[in-house]
Amino acid sequence: MITGVGVVAPSGIGADAHWKCVLAGQNRIGRITLFDPDRYPSRLAGEVADFDALHYTESRQLVQTDRWTHLGFAAARLALADAGLPELAADPYEYGVTLASSSGGNLFGQRELQRLWRGPARTVGAYQSIAWFYAASVGQLSIRHQFKGPCGVLAAESAGGLDSLAHAVRMIRRGTPVVLAGGTECPLSPYALTCQMRGGLLSTCPEPALAYRPFDVAASGYVPGEGGAVFVVEDLAHARARGVRGYAEVAGWGASHDARHTDRLTSGDPVQYARAMRLALDRAGVAPAEVDVVFPDALGVLRYDRAEAEALRGVFGVRPPPVTTQKPLVGRAHQGGSALDVATALLAIRHGVLPPTAGVDRPAPGCELDFVWESGPRRVDVALVGARGFDGFNSAVVVRRGPA
Amino acid sequence: MTGRQSAETVRERRSAMNGAGSRSAVGGSGRRSVVTGIGVVAPGGASRDEFWATITAGRTATRRISFFDPSPYRSQVAAECDFDPVRAGLGVAERQRADRYVQFALAASIEALADSGLELSDATRERTGVVLGSAVGGTMLLEREYVQVSDSGADWLVDPNRAGPFLYQALMPSSLAADVACRHGLHGPAQVVSTGCTSGIDAIGYAQQLIADDEADVVLAGASDSPISPVTVASFDAIKATTPDNDDPAHASRPFDRDRHGFVLAEGAAVLVLEEAEHARRRGARIYCEAAGYANRSNGYHMTGLRPDGVEMALAIDDALDQARCDPTDVSYVSAHGSGTRQNDRHETAAFKRSLGSAAYQVPISSIKSMVGHSLGAIGAIEMAACALAIEHGVVPPTANWANRDVECDLDYTPNTARELPVRVALSVGSGFGGFQSAMVFTRFGGPDR
Repeated sequence: MITGVGVVAPSGIGADAHWKCVLAGQNRIGRITLFDPDRYPSRLAGEVADFDALHYTESRQLVQTDRWTHLGFAAARLALADAGLPELAADPYEYGVTLASSSGGNLFGQRELQRLWRGPARTVGAYQSIAWFYAASVGQLSIRHQFKGPCGVLAAESAGGLDSLAHAVRMIRRGTPVVLAGGTECPLSPYALTCQMRGGLLSTCPEPALAYRPFDVAASGYVPGEGGAVFVVEDLAHARARGVRGYAEVAGWGASHDARHTDRLTSGDPVQYARAMRLALDRAGVAPAEVDVVFPDALGVLRYDRAEAEALRGVFGVRPPPVTTQKPLVGRAHQGGSALDVATALLAIRHGVLPPTAGVDRPAPGCELDFVWESGPRRVDVALVGARGFDGFNSAVVVRRGPA
Repeated sequence: MTGRQSAETVRERRSAMNGAGSRSAVGGSGRRSVVTGIGVVAPGGASRDEFWATITAGRTATRRISFFDPSPYRSQVAAECDFDPVRAGLGVAERQRADRYVQFALAASIEALADSGLELSDATRERTGVVLGSAVGGTMLLEREYVQVSDSGADWLVDPNRAGPFLYQALMPSSLAADVACRHGLHGPAQVVSTGCTSGIDAIGYAQQLIADDEADVVLAGASDSPISPVTVASFDAIKATTPDNDDPAHASRPFDRDRHGFVLAEGAAVLVLEEAEHARRRGARIYCEAAGYANRSNGYHMTGLRPDGVEMALAIDDALDQARCDPTDVSYVSAHGSGTRQNDRHETAAFKRSLGSAAYQVPISSIKSMVGHSLGAIGAIEMAACALAIEHGVVPPTANWANRDVECDLDYTPNTARELPVRVALSVGSGFGGFQSAMVFTRFGGPDR
C-alpha cells in the first residue's frame, strides 16, 4: 500500500502543486538555468523552480551532496509527512529505502572532475567519493531518517523508478513493513547533457511548448527534466494499525528486456514491452478491461511511440483504455520521471479525475490512442504505468485502489 | 536489541505476511536458487580456473598502477586485470561499444553460461534475467571522455562535438545489464544494482529474490567494476581510504594485519548462473551450491564511518543464516569484507563475534582482497564465486600478507596458506559507503541437514 507521496518536480513541490499543474496542463519546460546552455543544440529542460534545499535539510548535508540528492531529501520528507510518519524512525529496523538512480551526482561530479584535471595538484574534495556515486541519495536518506532496514539502489535507465516499487514490495514481504521507493534525478550539467546528446533522442526544437510531443506528427525527441517522486510503501496491516487508508496498492509489476540496443533504427520491441505489461496485469489479477487509465512511457521519438501504441494494442486489443501523459509538461527525468507518473496515477485514483494528456495535438499514424483530451471526473480504480529505458528496458506497474 | 532477537522479529514478521511456518527468504514459495555456472575476470587471472589458482596459492596480484602515471597520487598501487577481450570471446562491436567494466561482465557471463551447460531456448530466454552490480559504472570512460570534451578541465561548458559515440552508455550504469542481455538474447528482467561496495552481494541477493518470487527461472547475477582511473584514485586519496604503502605493491593489501593502512583499489567481475533448483535438477545440471540466505541492513550512522560494534552487519548475518536454517556452528568458512582499512577490519571482527559467538573463534575467516584487491562493487560477486568454489573444492583461500596480530582482530584469518577442509556452509559479508552491510550464505546443496 502506498501511503505517502512526495513530489519534487518542475510541476511543483508537493503532490498538491503537482496535481494542480497537471490538471491545468501548465507547461514548465524552459531554457536551462543551471548552466548557460547557449552552445548546445538542446537548450531546454524541465527544472524545479524556486527549490530551496535548505528548507528540507541542513547545510552540513547539502555541502556533501549533489542537487539530485537535495531533491531526494525534499521528496522523502514530503512523502513521510504525507504518510503521517515521523522524520525519525522509532524502530529503525522496520524502515528501508530503495530508490532508482541512473546518472548519479552530475553537477557535483563535473565540478570535481574539473578541479582534478584543471589544477596542477591532482586532487578532489573529500566529498567526491560519497556524492557522485549512484548510492549517495539512499545512503544519505538512511542516515538522516535512521532507516536501518534493507536498502537498495536500482538502475534500469528510465524504467527503474517503477522497478523500485516492485522491490519495495519484495522487501515488505520479507519483513520490513515500511519502505521508501521511487527516485529523483538531475541529469542537468553541461557534461550530463552532452552525454544525453550522444544518446541521439534529445529534441533540438527551441520552443518550450513544442519541443516534447510524444505520439504527435511533430514529435522531435524528448526534453530532459529533473526531479521525481518518492513514495512511502507500507505493509497493509501496518498502515491499518495506524488508521491510514493510503492511496493505492502496488498490485502488479513486470519487467522484460528487448535484448537489443537502442540505435537509429530500433524502435523498442513491442512484443517484449507488451509482455512486461501483461506480467504486471497478471500479477495484479487484473483483466485488461479493468484498467481505467494508462500512463505511457511517451518518449517523443515516433518510431518508439508507434511501438508503444502497438504494445498497448497488443495487450488491450483494438480499444485500449484512456491514455494520458504529462511528461511533456516537465521533461523526461529518467528514473524520476517514471516515478512521477506513478504519483500522477495515485492522485488520479484519489481525486477521481483523469488529467489531460499533454504535448499531443495531431496523433501520428499508428499512434491513434484514446488520449484524454480534457480532464474530467471519472472513477479510477486501476492504473497501468509503463516505462522504457535506453538500450532495451521495459517495465510496467499496476496500482489499484485499496480496500475501503 | 540483540542480533538474534532482531532476526527472530524479522522472521515473525515474514511469517505473519506469508503464512505460518515460512522462515526462508523465498516468501513461502519454496523456490530455491542454486549456482550452476561461474565466470570470473580478476587480477591475476582472467578466468575462473586462473582466479582459483591465484587465490588458493596465496599469490598477490597487486602492483604499481600501470594504466596511467600514478606519481601525483597518494596511493599508487592497484590490482589490475590483464584482460584480453578478444581471447575472452568479445566481438568487434562489443569491444567498440562497451566500457572496460562492461567487457569484463560480458567475458564473465560467457564463461559462466558455458560452465552451466544451459541451452537457451526461446522460452528459457523469456525467463532468464540479468542482475548485475556496479559501484561506479562507466567512470573510466566518463573520465576519459571528460578530459577530451573539457579540454583537460579548462571548460565548464564542455564541447559536445568532441564526444565519442557511446558516451550516453557510459553515463547510464544500466548499460552493464543491457549489454549482457543483448549478448545472450535474454528477455527476462534486467537490472543494475548500485549500492556501492555491497553491490555484488546485493545483486546476487536481488537475483535470488526474483527466482524465489517466480519472476525468473535463471538469472545471470554478479557484478563488475573497473574504477582504476585518476578520479577514483583521487577520491579515495582525499579521505585516506586507500593504502599509501607504495614501496612494496605486492604486499600492500594487508587485511586484519596490525600494520594495515588502507585498501588497494582493484578491478574485476564475476557472474554466476543462478537457477531455480528444480529447473537445474530437471536438466541434470552440475550444482555448485545453494544461495540459501541473503540480507542487508544500513547502519544509519555515517557515509564512510563505521561504529566499532558492528551491530548492523551482525543483524544482516543473523538474518541470512536464519534464512539458510544454519546455526553459527554450521558455518565452515567466512569470506570477510576484510578491506584492510583500520576501521573496517575491527568493525567486522566485532560483527563476527556478535553473530557467531564462540564459533567466531573456531571458523576459518579470510579476505581474498589481500590478493586481488578491492574492486568496489565487483568484489562482492567475486567473493561469492570464491565461496562457491570453496564448497566445490573443499579448500579455503587464505588471507595473504598477514604477519602481525592486531589485538582488536583476534580471530583465525587463515594466514597466508590455503586450507583443505570440507566446506558445507560459506558466509560472505560486504560493507560499503552509505552505511550498507550485506551478508549472503551459500550452502552445499542438499546439506548439511537437508
